[in-house]
Amino acid sequence: MWIYEKKLQYPVRVSQCNPRLAKYLIEQYGGADGELAAALRYLNQRYTLPDKVKGLLTDIGTEELAHLEMIATMVYKLTKDATPQQLEEAGLGAHYANHDKALFYHNAAGVPWTATYIQAKGDPIADLYEDIAAEEKARATYQWLIDMSDDPDLNDSLKFLREREVVHSQRFREAVEILKDCQGKKKYF
Amino acid sequence: MLMKHDRRVAQAECLRELQELDFVLLELNLYMDTHPYDKQALEQFNCLSKTRRKLVRRYEKCFGPLYNFGLSKNRIPDGWSKGPWPWEI
Ligand SMILES: [Fe+2]
Repeated sequence: MWIYEKKLQYPVRVSQCNPRLAKYLIEQYGGADGELAAALRYLNQRYTLPDKVKGLLTDIGTEELAHLEMIATMVYKLTKDATPQQLEEAGLGAHYANHDKALFYHNAAGVPWTATYIQAKGDPIADLYEDIAAEEKARATYQWLIDMSDDPDLNDSLKFLREREVVHSQRFREAVEILKDCQGKKKYF
Repeated sequence: MLMKHDRRVAQAECLRELQELDFVLLELNLYMDTHPYDKQALEQFNCLSKTRRKLVRRYEKCFGPLYNFGLSKNRIPDGWSKGPWPWEI
């Protein structure tokens, strides 16, 4: 089970109301390489992976939920004081028509999240390679978002998240090596 | 009782301390997931875990329960269901 901790993993501050940035940030909320996809991918794959990597998938999957909350906080803070007109000007008119200022799991272009973004192959190497790729894609997305953002407070939090993807990728790479070693010793299954 | 604004600032500061400590603990946690026999990491982790318990106690005394479902004691007033929530700080 999971226990909720009434705190963010890392502080989220924004300099000013900026619905345009919020629109782009949604990519990491409900996009193909976003935090929801990451959390659901790892927390689903872990059941059938070898014992040696179950802990890692559980822990990284849980951390991704904390990242999801940070992204939600960014979007919330960037839009909470915006007028419907400002939202429309920022390209969020269609979002407002359907959701008001509520968050929703879709990407920056408004395409709703789908389970087809993630895979569970049951093959440990195939799954872990997908996980490494997912981390690298998330890292790249954070970089593009930082490149577009002129909000120094927001960028501080985005840089933290970008670095977490680097760490996750590193740990997944180590997990692959651990499994390869075991495979060599025929202790794989 | 602190003024509302001062209280928020103090809460954010105390949270920041906890977030810093948690950063190290999480890093060690993920590291130990792939290096389960590193005794130095283990010692550091267990020592910081103890420090964390003290810090959580201090935080909760000032700002209310950090956990639901019985992991923290609840209280009246300023109990679990009272804000601010993390996205409002
Ligand atoms: Fe990640």
